[in-house]
Amino acid sequence: MPLRKEKKPLLCFDQNGIYCEPAGVYLDPWKPVDKAIITHGHADHSRWGHKQYITHHTNVPIIKHRLGEIEVSGKEYGETFTINNVKFSLFPAGHIIGSSQVRVEHKGEVWVFSGDYKTEDDKLAVPFEPVKCHAFITECTFGLPAFKWLPQEQVMNDINSWWQQNQSEGKSSVLFGYSLGKAQRLLKFLDPAIGKIFTHGAIENMTEVLRPFADFPETIRITRETKKEEIRGGMVLAPPSAHGSTWIRKMVPFETGMASGWMAFRGARRRRAVDRGFVLSDHCDWQGLLASIKATGCERVICTHGYTEIFCRFLNEIGYDARTAETQYEGELAEMNSKSDDENDDQ
Amino acid sequence: MEEFAALIRELDSTNKTTVKVAALTRYFQRVPDKDKVWAIAILSHRRPPRPVNTTLLRTFAAELAKIPLWLFEESYHIVGDLAETIALVIPPAEESSEKSLTQYLEEIIDLKSATEAEKKEYLHENWAALNYYERFVFTKLITGSFRIGVSQKLMTRALSKATDIDEDVLAYKLMGDWDPQKITFQKLILEENEEDFLSKPYPFYLAYAIEDEPKDLGNPADWSAEHKWDGIRSQVVIRNREIFVWSRGEELVTDKYPEFSAFLEVIPDGTVIDGEILPFPGGDIGTFNDLQTRIGRKTVSKALLNKVPVILKAYDVLEWEGKDIRTLPYLERRKILEKLHATVATEDLPFHLSETISFSNWEEATVERERAREVKSEGLMLKRWDSPYLVGRKKGDWWKWKVEPLTVDAVLTYAMRGHGRRSNLFTDYTFALWKDDELVTFAKAYSGLTDAEFRQVDAWIKRNTLERFGPVRSVKPELVFEIAFEGIAESNRHKSGVATRFPRILRWRQDKTIEEANTIEELKQLIPK
Repeated sequence: MPLRKEKKPLLCFDQNGIYCEPAGVYLDPWKPVDKAIITHGHADHSRWGHKQYITHHTNVPIIKHRLGEIEVSGKEYGETFTINNVKFSLFPAGHIIGSSQVRVEHKGEVWVFSGDYKTEDDKLAVPFEPVKCHAFITECTFGLPAFKWLPQEQVMNDINSWWQQNQSEGKSSVLFGYSLGKAQRLLKFLDPAIGKIFTHGAIENMTEVLRPFADFPETIRITRETKKEEIRGGMVLAPPSAHGSTWIRKMVPFETGMASGWMAFRGARRRRAVDRGFVLSDHCDWQGLLASIKATGCERVICTHGYTEIFCRFLNEIGYDARTAETQYEGELAEMNSKSDDENDDQ
Repeated sequence: MEEFAALIRELDSTNKTTVKVAALTRYFQRVPDKDKVWAIAILSHRRPPRPVNTTLLRTFAAELAKIPLWLFEESYHIVGDLAETIALVIPPAEESSEKSLTQYLEEIIDLKSATEAEKKEYLHENWAALNYYERFVFTKLITGSFRIGVSQKLMTRALSKATDIDEDVLAYKLMGDWDPQKITFQKLILEENEEDFLSKPYPFYLAYAIEDEPKDLGNPADWSAEHKWDGIRSQVVIRNREIFVWSRGEELVTDKYPEFSAFLEVIPDGTVIDGEILPFPGGDIGTFNDLQTRIGRKTVSKALLNKVPVILKAYDVLEWEGKDIRTLPYLERRKILEKLHATVATEDLPFHLSETISFSNWEEATVERERAREVKSEGLMLKRWDSPYLVGRKKGDWWKWKVEPLTVDAVLTYAMRGHGRRSNLFTDYTFALWKDDELVTFAKAYSGLTDAEFRQVDAWIKRNTLERFGPVRSVKPELVFEIAFEGIAESNRHKSGVATRFPRILRWRQDKTIEEANTIEELKQLIPK
């Protein structure tokens, strides 16, 4: 069945977020609303102040940790729940633990909102699963042909050998990654045989929340009492905001690394002034985006955040009905630049 | 090539000088001599001429990546570096290349005379066969400079460690014109060969800007002061009845300034003079703008020679009677220079002395510095009377003490993405001043804000774009910046009617609205009469 062109679209963008009018529900709203379906726990998608939250059950403890006591109900992947005759269901997005795409079905028409997603199975989040739909609302954080990710295994091998190399020179390795998602992905594949793994408070707190869902190596929280000598040669996981802070002085002598998709650009690495950049992203690369869109079988694409205009123009050239929409999602840039709620914890 | 790519990668992935020197030293100890010569040539900006223009490079790369050309262009604007963009968009190769750095460079030199179809075939074949980083380095060899924070000084230090030859001696050997294709490592670095030195200038001694008050330099009697001229720093070498004029960029510019051939008749062999080439239209020092008309020309017309003749404002002598006298105290070298000048100077000879200024206390020097714009200088140079002529930028004996810059408040009107570490950020700005109700462009500036400020302005630009013209965006006139510049002159080539020298951002005036920005008229009032 083709998309109804004459009527108001099933999902539209208003000042509060992505709105499903027949259901009276918002998806990842950026202003406080009554009922919000949340794709994942990053701050630009799960905001404070909604009356009622609906999200994947794994994401429940994550947003509770971030937002405190909220009214939230958890759903399984594939479980259908109906609001005012509109059928909703969540499907894995592979972005971080507990991340979902939202499928919305009404009168035979199907829309999918991707949230943030990646196609590579990171062996931590439930892998991304394309969902057939008529219209697909997609992010395109890395929507340029310049982005091509290497397999995670290869990047993690590089990270572990970098750690080993630093250790042989008597230095610690400080690796920056966002405290929710990237930090745990790194942690899961660090090789504890090399040495001890230390964490910044913000990362340790989030990791504690996630330990029931995955098997992580042992970590040591860095506190005021942690001895400088104890850290030496170890791996320290820290949020990007810790770079250049006083907190980091305890790690001297150390080398710094950052894991992010942006590290694909030499300029970005130099701007961050880190010693090593590791190209590792929780978003799709160019081919990942194109393959995912194709797999949905959709005819209409709406690009929310990233290189939206360029990506859209390309989609139009290859035959999609694509347009852009203004949102307040920020993707991996936000994950690198802003502080999460508890990264000010200097302990 | 594998090793050179690995070297560039290592240099590129650290900000620490010691690590860079160590990597370079290891490289120089490890690779064959021929590759060493090429590595030295590349790191001292002696690349072969570009064999393929960038338009063709883009087209070939987009074809191989199977993407439309516009998409390649957009990616390039965001990545901010052509070679890097090419390396990123082409699908990765599995193996790494067997060819040596020398072999690649020889092929690149031969490529210049190839047909377009041959160029395409060569590039496609090599891009596809190289892994990401080798492909980046290979393309860089074709397109231009490596911005990897390796100065010639740093490279020379590493070469010195690898060869046990003194750094200053190496710096001298590497000066001037040598062809990496013809010269051997033995001849360039290891051999002592007097003949080769015939045309060579000495490494320039460069001053740092003074940090504190000049009175912290101590006793004024220990210091010489002269005006800091705004021309082209040059050495004039006269040996064996030949004259060679070198610019500070180690470019041989003898043919561009035929005026100086007159020196051969009066200045003896075995003389090297350090000074400034200055424009001298109508028998008076001109502006840097005047000099611009001479800089670009390989051959100079008689008309231009008459309109904008040049002079050498001499301030030092480095070789005299065939002897290197750089270790003599400045005072002694000045005596030789002044005596030479007194003997040979005539009204027609373009040989002027940069006069030293007598002062008995720092206040008097300060007063003289204030006259800088009046005499068309940038401020003062302070040199210790007992200082030798050192190599490169060294602290201690020579200081530049510039006048405070001129400033205006201007409105940000256009922005472009930067390059290198500023790629993907809008950091290259165009500024405008009021002319009646209109904002008229007067200068471009790229520096002066902190990284944090650039990020803030970048975010503002993305939200306040009016129009896009390829990489350039016009923005809502709203932000005001204080722009500083060293000099100012009338100009027909600029829409504003004014050319500024070294414009840069002094500060972001968040306290000012665009109505409070200056006018073109106010700018013109700063032009010295």
